[in-house]
Amino acid sequence: MGRILSRGAIAGALMALLFVPVSSAAAAEHQITIAGMKFIPASMALKAGDVVIWKNDDMFRHTATARSGSFDVDLPPKTEKRVTITTAGAVDYFCRFHPAMKGKLEVEP
Amino acid sequence: MLKRLLAATFLAAALGGVAFAADAKPSDPQIAHIAYTAGNIDVEAAQQALKKSKNADVVEFAKTMERDHKAVNDQALALVKKLKVTPEDNAISKSLTDGAKKERAKLASLDGAAFDKAYIANEVAYHKAVNSALADTLIPSAQNAELKALLETGLTLFQQHQAHAEHLASTID
Repeated sequence: MGRILSRGAIAGALMALLFVPVSSAAAAEHQITIAGMKFIPASMALKAGDVVIWKNDDMFRHTATARSGSFDVDLPPKTEKRVTITTAGAVDYFCRFHPAMKGKLEVEP
Repeated sequence: MLKRLLAATFLAAALGGVAFAADAKPSDPQIAHIAYTAGNIDVEAAQQALKKSKNADVVEFAKTMERDHKAVNDQALALVKKLKVTPEDNAISKSLTDGAKKERAKLASLDGAAFDKAYIANEVAYHKAVNSALADTLIPSAQNAELKALLETGLTLFQQHQAHAEHLASTID
């Protein structure tokens, strides 16, 4: 009985450890994959403070560069980078090396 | 304008003419050689532009051409090694190399804005010619699935290069 209780207590503590940090973090993460010379998805809605992870699956170097200048992410082939988007509003971005590659973030406050 | 038309016609003839004159479809070892040669020519053209141009947009474009075509060619080399294929020289590769040599000599005699215009005009014409060869001849002829996939990736990239060069051409004029 005592063993069962203590096992339950340990499990509870573990669950708390596992879940508390996640549930207390308000920022969500969103992945944008680059493949075949495209940002996928090309348009994304998120909240200010959220994290965008750009993942470049192409064999070519790309960038994710905001037209407003608020971010300029260098993405060598087969790498990913995380950026916290702090400012609300619509942000158009593109790849400086391949200007036909375009994407958009719709950032809610 | 006339110069550009002539350059485009010449390249289309150099590449397309030979490609379509051949009755037999090129083999995978020949396709690998053509694709690698075509990429290498554009890397060398970019290196010439990086030495000669002072236009920031042209320099940025040339850096992208050098980086992207090297990346594709690195993949092509890794693939032929993996498939144990020896790239085979052929009439199309030869005509590409000859055409590039003449173009390089022509560009070497130009400077400043005249060089920038001619380099970008040639990049438009060259990518156009290579893209039609890829779409009409090389991709349909490729037997190996991985080679075909790499050529298709190349075509997606080079179509963007062509659009980028066309946009630059309209701003330099």
